[in-house]
Amino acid sequence: MAKRITIDPVTRIEGHLRVDCELDNGHVSKAWASGQMWRGIELILKGRDPRDAWLFTQRICGVCTTVHAIASVRSVESALKMEIPLNAQYIRNIMIAAHAIQDHIVHFYHLSALDWVDVTSALKAEPRKVASLAQGMSSWSLNSSQEFARVQEKLKGFVGSGQLGIFANGYWGHPAMKLSPEVNLLACTHYLQALEVQRKANIIISILGAKTPHIQNLAVGGVANPINTDSPSTLSLERLYYVKTLIDELGDFVNNVYFTDVCAIGASYRDWTAYGAGVTNYLCVPEFPLDTKGTVFELPGGYIPEGNVGRFSPIRNFEDESFVKGVKESVKHSWYKGDWNRHPWEEETEPGYTDFLEDEKYSWVKAPTFRDAPAQVGPLANVLCLYAAGHEATRKYTDKALATIGKLSGAPVPLEALHSTIGRHAARGVRAAVLYETLQKQWQLLMDNIGKGDTRTFNQPEFPKGEVRGVGFHEAPRGVLSHWIVIADKKIKNYQAVVPSTWNSSPRNAKDAPGPYEASLVGTPVAVPEKPLEVLRTVHSFDPCLACAIHMVDTKNAEIVSVRAL
Amino acid sequence: MNVLVMGVGNLLLQDEGAGGKAVEEFARKYRVPPEVEILDGGTSGIELLQYIQGRDLLILVDVVRSGNPCGTLTRFEGQHVPALFRDKISPHQLGISDLLAVCQMTDAMPEKVVLFGIEPKSLDTGLTLSDEVAANIGRLADLVAEELRLFGVKVEPCS
Repeated sequence: MAKRITIDPVTRIEGHLRVDCELDNGHVSKAWASGQMWRGIELILKGRDPRDAWLFTQRICGVCTTVHAIASVRSVESALKMEIPLNAQYIRNIMIAAHAIQDHIVHFYHLSALDWVDVTSALKAEPRKVASLAQGMSSWSLNSSQEFARVQEKLKGFVGSGQLGIFANGYWGHPAMKLSPEVNLLACTHYLQALEVQRKANIIISILGAKTPHIQNLAVGGVANPINTDSPSTLSLERLYYVKTLIDELGDFVNNVYFTDVCAIGASYRDWTAYGAGVTNYLCVPEFPLDTKGTVFELPGGYIPEGNVGRFSPIRNFEDESFVKGVKESVKHSWYKGDWNRHPWEEETEPGYTDFLEDEKYSWVKAPTFRDAPAQVGPLANVLCLYAAGHEATRKYTDKALATIGKLSGAPVPLEALHSTIGRHAARGVRAAVLYETLQKQWQLLMDNIGKGDTRTFNQPEFPKGEVRGVGFHEAPRGVLSHWIVIADKKIKNYQAVVPSTWNSSPRNAKDAPGPYEASLVGTPVAVPEKPLEVLRTVHSFDPCLACAIHMVDTKNAEIVSVRAL
Repeated sequence: MNVLVMGVGNLLLQDEGAGGKAVEEFARKYRVPPEVEILDGGTSGIELLQYIQGRDLLILVDVVRSGNPCGTLTRFEGQHVPALFRDKISPHQLGISDLLAVCQMTDAMPEKVVLFGIEPKSLDTGLTLSDEVAANIGRLADLVAEELRLFGVKVEPCS
């Protein structure tokens, strides 16, 4: 008889991600993903000035603030068919790339590494051996035995005090944990170093975006950064050279730590290339526009059906009809009234909660489709599409990752191995390396353009009477993000955000086909049903981001606290 | 005395945004010396690390559900604060408690952590606070000022 497990990270607050699995002979046979996506943004935006929308949308999520701001201004610019000054494109591009690198580093080390790395095992490592292992992998200056010994002492104190904090949710000693004590200590050390490094990306964003979290420099039509090479109160040369220093420090970590760690952990868990493929229709959109009209891009976009890289078809620009017309969302299995399957411009959002009914409605997430099929989005989709499109840097780093994992694990690794849980991590590492090159290039383009005497950063938007529609899309760290706007007489009439996690955490669609999380879990082995580490590994590999919108504190569940009203 | 006063919460969900609104009100009502930084942290996680690290005092303002009437103000300090946030595990599994734990681990923990809470009424979609919560935002800002004065920080009302 099948055994049922339910993983509900937060049971006390509505929303968040819930995963239900049916287990048969120690493997997942069926899975359901249920989540609460943000579903009220259109209620807030209706009737407002479209130029203000981005300030609200960047509050949808705490992690992806910048991306919702970018997609929002692009949606209005698309509706108005605007051109954006080159400097504004480059400044946005630098913020986008810096944010994505920060996001990938944080995801690997701080959000998912603990599914693979055992902190308690790291206490048994021999720091000298860790240093010789690490120095064989890269030239990173902090791979010294003193540094590893220092971190190990810290970990001992932390574990000894019972204040596990950030490490409290790990399944220590789980039979699926396989790294040696040395690799565990290496990863824990880089975990702490990554905390420092990710700040550098944030500093880049705050220099250009005026502040972080919640950048302030965007505008429909460009950016609000005045450029004056001599004035300290504007974007000056001094500031831009500081940005360059930060870019290179980020790149050093990406190439010499993150990329090599992904390969080392990928090689140790090579068996996980056999699990977690799920939906292998891959979708990504072009990113980093290089001209004012948004017709030429640094990274291409496109679609791969059924995991067949040879059948790649491109999505060329912001106006590409195959994307604009190809997206639909179904609410057959979602907590909204009716069972429609519509284009985002035609949607209406009327909640209809029914409780968790697995054959009927069971999630707040709608089920998006591209060409009427579910699609996986995110770094793996991005890397595979770029690989298929012949993007040079992507090919270089993908081949390097596959070769390194092959060498470390003793047998060649084919490209197809990327259709997997571990493949999603590898792809994120590849993408971070590609984005470092992109970041350097965008910085140079900005410098060169300013050098030509062009300091323009903004074009004034003009709103026509009557109704116009637009879509702003963005290849965000978690994948395809699109904001769909209908503007009537200069006011917002409808607004829908189809976010990356909607694609990946989608429930079954109008044709009852499961979404990417659901499909990827089928076949996953689960050694200890009470500690379903393997299920978390696959779900985390997508970098889930659902309703991270509520931070309310609840004292009911913290018994040690007595509350005194003031 | 190096201080961060940070409101957290989501401005789009009515009372969920009370923390941000309260620090805004505090900044409007009071003048503080340059060593005090005031920040609306929104619902961010690890991005906030750079602001928390190395402070002597961290004052957090957030909605806190404690079973009291809506608008009730509460104060917590020390070890209770990370413990309170510990149950707040999002799929990111990185909340304020984790940030504080990371600070501990990197020897950058603020010496003193104080959390001011306000009991919410409505967390529905919307930009406005409930009347009960709105009525106490001014008092919440005053509590932050009083706390700072206890630590010898010169806080003056804007006239």
